[in-house]
Amino acid sequence: MSANNCRAVKVIDVTPLGHSSPGEEIVELKLEYPGWESGWRVGQFVMIRPVSWPLDLVWGRPFSISNADDTTLTILFQVIGRGTKRLAQLTKGEQVNVWGPLGTFFSKPKDRPVLMLAGGMGIAPFCGYVDSHDQPENLKLFFAHRPPLENYPYKALSEKVEVEDIRENKPEDIHSIIARVEALVKEYADKKGLVTACGPTPFLRTVRNAAIKYGVEAELSLENRMACGVGACLGCVTKDSNGHHTQVCTTGPVFKATDISLEG
Amino acid sequence: MDMSVDFAGLKLKNPILTASGTFGFGLEFKRFGDLESLGGIVVKGLSLKPREGNPMPRIAETPCGMLNAIGIQNPGVEAFIKNKLPKLPWKTLPVLVNLYATDATEFGELAAVLSAEEGVAALEVNVSCPNVKEGGIAFGQDPRQITKVAEAVKKNAGNKPVIIKLSPNVTDIATCARAAEDGGADGISLINTLSGMAVDIERRVPRLTNVIGGLSGPAVKPVALRCVFQAVNAVKIPVIGLGGIASAEDAAEFLLVGATAVQIGTANFLSPDMAFRIAEELPKVLERVNAKSLDEFRGSLKLPK
Repeated sequence: MSANNCRAVKVIDVTPLGHSSPGEEIVELKLEYPGWESGWRVGQFVMIRPVSWPLDLVWGRPFSISNADDTTLTILFQVIGRGTKRLAQLTKGEQVNVWGPLGTFFSKPKDRPVLMLAGGMGIAPFCGYVDSHDQPENLKLFFAHRPPLENYPYKALSEKVEVEDIRENKPEDIHSIIARVEALVKEYADKKGLVTACGPTPFLRTVRNAAIKYGVEAELSLENRMACGVGACLGCVTKDSNGHHTQVCTTGPVFKATDISLEG
Repeated sequence: MDMSVDFAGLKLKNPILTASGTFGFGLEFKRFGDLESLGGIVVKGLSLKPREGNPMPRIAETPCGMLNAIGIQNPGVEAFIKNKLPKLPWKTLPVLVNLYATDATEFGELAAVLSAEEGVAALEVNVSCPNVKEGGIAFGQDPRQITKVAEAVKKNAGNKPVIIKLSPNVTDIATCARAAEDGGADGISLINTLSGMAVDIERRVPRLTNVIGGLSGPAVKPVALRCVFQAVNAVKIPVIGLGGIASAEDAAEFLLVGATAVQIGTANFLSPDMAFRIAEELPKVLERVNAKSLDEFRGSLKLPK
């Protein structure tokens, strides 16, 4: 038994990022590092459920590990539902139950260029990816977003790696995003690089289809609603490439693009 | 305090079990606690052949509860026997297997396969799943079908105790409990989920693709407690209580109305170490309420005269 895998840790800080507006508030939550003996890998996630939550919120909530070091575990979230509203109201010193690190993780090749494709809150795991990579000069981040850039921890990343962003101001902008994603994926196919992506399902579907079209290795981190995060409830399944249900929490969240379908 | 329990000949070190569908195959929780500190585990419902389950979305959080329409996704009984059971410490941890089938004959076939497995301690028969089109809750709402399924499983179960898991979605739970007893069941467990629904007013759609799902979690505890109370008083066979148990105090409530053991279900999602914590805390709770022993406390509810 390793008690380290589920423990209550204290809130260090809760910071709304940038100039938030209703529905666009993005929050950085810093927690005490839970002391995972075997460490963590970029792309893995945690389930968190504050001790103060009454029984009306049943599930913990899954979040990509944005970053972690010996003292601090950082996650990012957008305030969109009952759970995230309450998480944004946490105060310093409150106790939060954390279980993890959970799931699969991104590869980090040293000798190949890596393209990081982030859609909205999909930027979260790439903060840790950049910080833990030995050769950040091999990394490029493409960021598609709706709220203004200053709402995200984008500036810190842009100082370390090559970045490019595109904002979706109106629905029609999605066509520019798709076109640019496809062009970048093709470019990394030509370079024999690795494509990594995290974001909403339609964004990941675009990446997956382009990766298969151009024959480039791609790893996608899926988001999904989860009740347990550990493979018990079977509530978070997606379809694999053979059309069978597979669990996002344990066989993912990071999948090879060729292993999943993402259709309907 | 001695917390050991004899449930229809099954020796449990304490009355805390985990509920089917909320604890995977047990292996998923090894990193969060000592499985052998539990009275036993009830694994995910198994069918003869693998099942894909229902389309997504198939879970929704509701106030103090959750709806699920997983649809008995499982790898099939053979894959369980080959890949999961050998990894469980079944020599020291009772592993109860939950079965799902579409008719009495198929239930009998499943029982025959599992009765041959040394690592299977008991069979829990799901006659009450609200989330599948074939069979499912239809069995659980018809006392004659409950008896028929109990007979079919018992006939093929060898020396394994047979537990019938009942649905609360009936008019008279006592009649259903007696129907299980009449079919030769060694025990009953209840409740399975309550039939429920949730909708999204923004998108004007149901929150589950299946439209209707099974409600579980703290919201259902009063219903579960009532059903267990009525069942305990209707049959001579032992009863396992479940439904919304999220603390050692909750577990004690079910024991007080007469349950021999309890199962922890949706609360495993509040925290993956919940069942372990409840098993650890239950003796302290019983001591706090001045119980002399588990046997003395069980069923000692004082009713108004």
